[in-house]
Amino acid sequence: MSSEPRLVDSFTAPKEILEEFANLAEEENVDPFAETASERQIASRQSDYHNRRFNRQAVESADAFKEGDSEESGYKEAMRLAKLEREEIRVRRAIEEKERRQRDEDQERMELDKTPPREEFEAAAKELFEISAGSKRKRRWDVGESDETKPESENIDVSQDDSLAPKKRRSRWDATPSESMATVIALDTSSKRSRWDQAPAPEDDTPVPMQPIYMNAPGLVEDKHNRFLTDEELDALLPPTGYAIVTPPPGYASVQAPARKLLATPTPVFTGFHMQDETESSAMAAAAGLAPELPTEIPGVGSLAFFKAEDAQYFAKILKEEDETQLSVDEMKERKIMRLLLKIKNGTPPVRKTALRQITDKAREFGAGPLFDKILPLLMERTLEDQERHLLVKVIDRVLYKLDDLVRPYVHKILVVIEPLLIDEDYYARVEGREIISNLSKAAGLAHMISTMRPDIDHADEYVRNTTARAFSVVASALGIPSLLPFLKAVCRSKKSWQARHTGIRIVQQIAIMMGCAVLPHLRNLVDAIAHGLQDEQQKVRTMTALGLAALAEASAPYGIESFDSVLKPLWNGVRVHRGKGLAAFLKAIGFIIPLMDPEYANYYTKGVNPILIREFGTSDEEMKKIVLKVVKQCAATEGVTAEYIKMEILPDFFKAFWVRRMALDRRNYRQVVDTTVELAQKAGVSVIVGKIADGLKDDAEPYRKMVMETITKVVATLGAADIDEGLEVRLVDGIIYSFQEQTTEDQVMLDGFGTVVNALGIRVKPYLTQIVSTVLWRLNNKSAKVRQQAADLTTRLAVVIKQCGEDGLLSKLGVVLFEQLGEEYPDTLGSIIAALGAIANVVGMTQMQPPVKDLLPRMTPILRNRHEKVQEASINLIGRIADRGAEFVPAREWMRICFELLDLLKAHKKGIRRAAVNSFGYIAKTLGPQDVLSVLLTNLRVQERQSRVCSTVAIAIVAETCGPFTCIPAILAEYRTAELNVRTGCLKALSFVFEYVGPQSAYYCDSVVTMLEDALTDRDLVHRQTASTIVKHLALGVAGLGCEDSMLHLMNLVWPNCFETSPHVIGAVMEAIEAMRVTLGPGVLLSYVLQGLFHPARKVREVYWRIYNSLYLGAADALVPFYPDFSELSEGPNVFDRHPLQMFI
Amino acid sequence: MSSELRYTANTQLEHLHARYTGTGHADISKYDWITHQHRDTLASIVGHPPLNSYLAIADGEAIGRIKFEMTERMLQPCGPPPRRDDD
Repeated sequence: MSSEPRLVDSFTAPKEILEEFANLAEEENVDPFAETASERQIASRQSDYHNRRFNRQAVESADAFKEGDSEESGYKEAMRLAKLEREEIRVRRAIEEKERRQRDEDQERMELDKTPPREEFEAAAKELFEISAGSKRKRRWDVGESDETKPESENIDVSQDDSLAPKKRRSRWDATPSESMATVIALDTSSKRSRWDQAPAPEDDTPVPMQPIYMNAPGLVEDKHNRFLTDEELDALLPPTGYAIVTPPPGYASVQAPARKLLATPTPVFTGFHMQDETESSAMAAAAGLAPELPTEIPGVGSLAFFKAEDAQYFAKILKEEDETQLSVDEMKERKIMRLLLKIKNGTPPVRKTALRQITDKAREFGAGPLFDKILPLLMERTLEDQERHLLVKVIDRVLYKLDDLVRPYVHKILVVIEPLLIDEDYYARVEGREIISNLSKAAGLAHMISTMRPDIDHADEYVRNTTARAFSVVASALGIPSLLPFLKAVCRSKKSWQARHTGIRIVQQIAIMMGCAVLPHLRNLVDAIAHGLQDEQQKVRTMTALGLAALAEASAPYGIESFDSVLKPLWNGVRVHRGKGLAAFLKAIGFIIPLMDPEYANYYTKGVNPILIREFGTSDEEMKKIVLKVVKQCAATEGVTAEYIKMEILPDFFKAFWVRRMALDRRNYRQVVDTTVELAQKAGVSVIVGKIADGLKDDAEPYRKMVMETITKVVATLGAADIDEGLEVRLVDGIIYSFQEQTTEDQVMLDGFGTVVNALGIRVKPYLTQIVSTVLWRLNNKSAKVRQQAADLTTRLAVVIKQCGEDGLLSKLGVVLFEQLGEEYPDTLGSIIAALGAIANVVGMTQMQPPVKDLLPRMTPILRNRHEKVQEASINLIGRIADRGAEFVPAREWMRICFELLDLLKAHKKGIRRAAVNSFGYIAKTLGPQDVLSVLLTNLRVQERQSRVCSTVAIAIVAETCGPFTCIPAILAEYRTAELNVRTGCLKALSFVFEYVGPQSAYYCDSVVTMLEDALTDRDLVHRQTASTIVKHLALGVAGLGCEDSMLHLMNLVWPNCFETSPHVIGAVMEAIEAMRVTLGPGVLLSYVLQGLFHPARKVREVYWRIYNSLYLGAADALVPFYPDFSELSEGPNVFDRHPLQMFI
Repeated sequence: MSSELRYTANTQLEHLHARYTGTGHADISKYDWITHQHRDTLASIVGHPPLNSYLAIADGEAIGRIKFEMTERMLQPCGPPPRRDDD
């Protein structure tokens, strides 16, 4: 027994269940947002180019308008810094280059086994030493400038700057990066020459590149594993006795210190142990992830929506409770700002709103410095998300308004942070950036903006120049182009560096792109400013000039050709001389200028540029392809170019080069080819173009078929099919049917194409109809829902043409098949089927409709309950159509059933559905008589949903309109006596719509509703009075001039006291009612009401009365003249208030 | 929503009003208001030819003369503005 093995030695749950629980347990710790978190971060989804913003340095810009000499030094320093930075990049490049070469040489040497490369190593060390010493100098702001930078002029005017330039010693600081190669070699040889008499370089001299100064380095923590132990730490670690501390021998210097000094990276040098204050350390710990629980409650801030690890380092100071009495005023202020910023950045919307208001109100109190010192680093944080950026930018915007000229010292810092927004891929970020920079320039003034941004214009980094150019264009649009023109002219002519010219021209380009036709008044000046750039010795400048001209021409089209006269010739020559990118830019410029020309010139230039275009048809460069297509399109569109010319010269090569399968694969190429071909077709005619490409409809590649189809669609839609001859017609229809059947992707293109072409051909499709319809019928029974849907959609488009061709038999066949398909389960397909039935019913008419309407409608009733929007819309349209045209074919009982179903549709989200439902009530009421429908609708006023009630009121009004107000108004008045508030409001609303719709007819009913309106206008409920005022408005406007003044005056007396209401909707309605009264009663009567309170002792009264007076005055100033009271009694001294001309009589 | 409307719709309306000459406000002086009325009256006369000829007949002047005089009178129709007390 015991030896018998147990069948089951332990019970455990099945493996998969255990795993499931394990998975569940894991899932609890999973952050479901972790994956998207990185996408929300701006920095992580942007390109490297965008992220170059983190490499930028911001300087404090001096306030040029303050007394003292700060202005000069500020600008000078900025220029010097810019220069140094340029040099720094140059040297770094040189080092990289040298290292690379050295590596290559090493490789060779290793292979050849020669002497060790020690000398080179030393030389590099020496050079590095020099550089680092140089870079150290850069940080010393207080020391006078080195002689290289001395001759720098502080004048903003660059041309003057340039005139000074030749006088100064030619230094290699001026060298452009393109010369850097030569400089490297020079450096190399000089260091080689002096190699032998050098003292050995200090050890451990790996090349340390200079650290860029990030704006977002809030306290640098050195790796704690590598730092030295301090005496205090050693005391704590070691026992106090048992050894003696030996003093270092005289003359001993620690070996680390000088090495450190020699390498001297500009990062803060770590000198001994840094005791963190407590709040900071806990925040650091939190930042380092040591304390994973992030607070959501901050003392003095309250609860936040979220809190990120990165926030801890910025808001360290306010995370801990501290004794506020110990703090100085400035510290208190700082903490206050931080709290507000944290609330704005991380708070819930209400918290954020109040904080934003507070920070705005107190902006001047806080001062620009403390505010921006806190805001700007936050904006440079790498983990910043869109929402946070938006909010912080908003803070800057609000604060800017308040600070006004106090922002001057921070202009550059703000620019460094905001400029990247200008090239953001998000449109709204760009708009925000523009807004800020424009406000900034208004606050700081042009001179200050120029002096701040001037150093960045010839910055070594292309990124900086690019963003600066965009910022400058914003400044130009904010302060006006004329004020910036002198500066622009100077920059574009700068002799010092091509970068400055490049940027200057780019500014003009950006201005044109941003301001559009607003450049027209300054067009000549702008063109003249950049024109000389076409002959610049730098290729990049020439290219940019051409692009700038293209932008200017595009912005000013179709005007301003005379301003481009001066550049036509150089552009023309340039097109012949250039190749590659330069040519693309020049072509672009020509392409944009040609449409501005007179026809004969346009013709001449088109002919001239054509050989080049045709030559470039075969280019493999994508950018060039796009530009060539664009230019061809523009040339073809100009008046002077004849159809003959296009047919003979352009088309053959064009089709050979661009109508190939490869072009259909790239989305942007595809677009361009289609657009250009359509443009060519405008001149060359349908048959030429369609004839060339029609065979492409049977191509093997689907994208290519699609491209052909789209082009044909567009061409035929604009130009019609009259030009297409019989042979082409056969090919075309054949191709279209083929491509429709062969399509695999569900796309509108084929469907649209089919519909457009068939409709354009009209009666000429008759021979093909049998084939087409059988295709449709076959596809209606396809397995795939999408195919069925497309077949139904095609039916919708074909219905009209089939009717035109007199093929009613085919239509009824289609109708019957579609009717059988109404059991369709896919809502999209069902919607299309119903729409197709609707289209057929539309063209055949209700009497001939197959299946008969009396069978169709009962089948539709249950479908109305379908919740799918497309189904709802299609069925309501069909039902409305039947109710309108063929209601008599359907029994009344069925219509009532539909009425009840329609009530549900009043809740639909889509406005179109609600409107169609409301209209259907009108049609149904017309057939059935209003009573039953009206009672359904009035009962519906009792429901809870507001939307449903509102729609019922509209429906009541429509019923009243279609069946005559007399059928409805009594019922509404009776219903108004219900005690329920919702019903009463609903009745009032219905009445208001009724009077709005019936207009002058209301004259017959105005006396009957007066008593009800009396009641409503004296009700305690505000909404009642509001709605009653709306009724009065519509009534008064309806009966104007129809002799109802007595009852209107009565209503006016009831409306008037409501003019002191403050609730916005109520006062709006009351004011409108009073305005309407002006029309009915005349302004004189109104004036007599208003005069009572214009000079009332209570300001509140005066304000209201003056508002009414003003609207009265604006409405009927001239008509008031006879009604002004006689003020002759008030005359005093020189002021005579008699209106003498009015006192004359014959 | 209500506060927004109160702060936008109606203030906008008042801004709009303030952009037109002849509109008034709670602190307008008697002189300003009546001056506007006089100008409106004169403009109305100039703008309505029948009124113009009526005045011409009553005054025994040419129509053009009346028109001119009315236009001229629009400059300070009620005499010079009274001195402000506060400044």
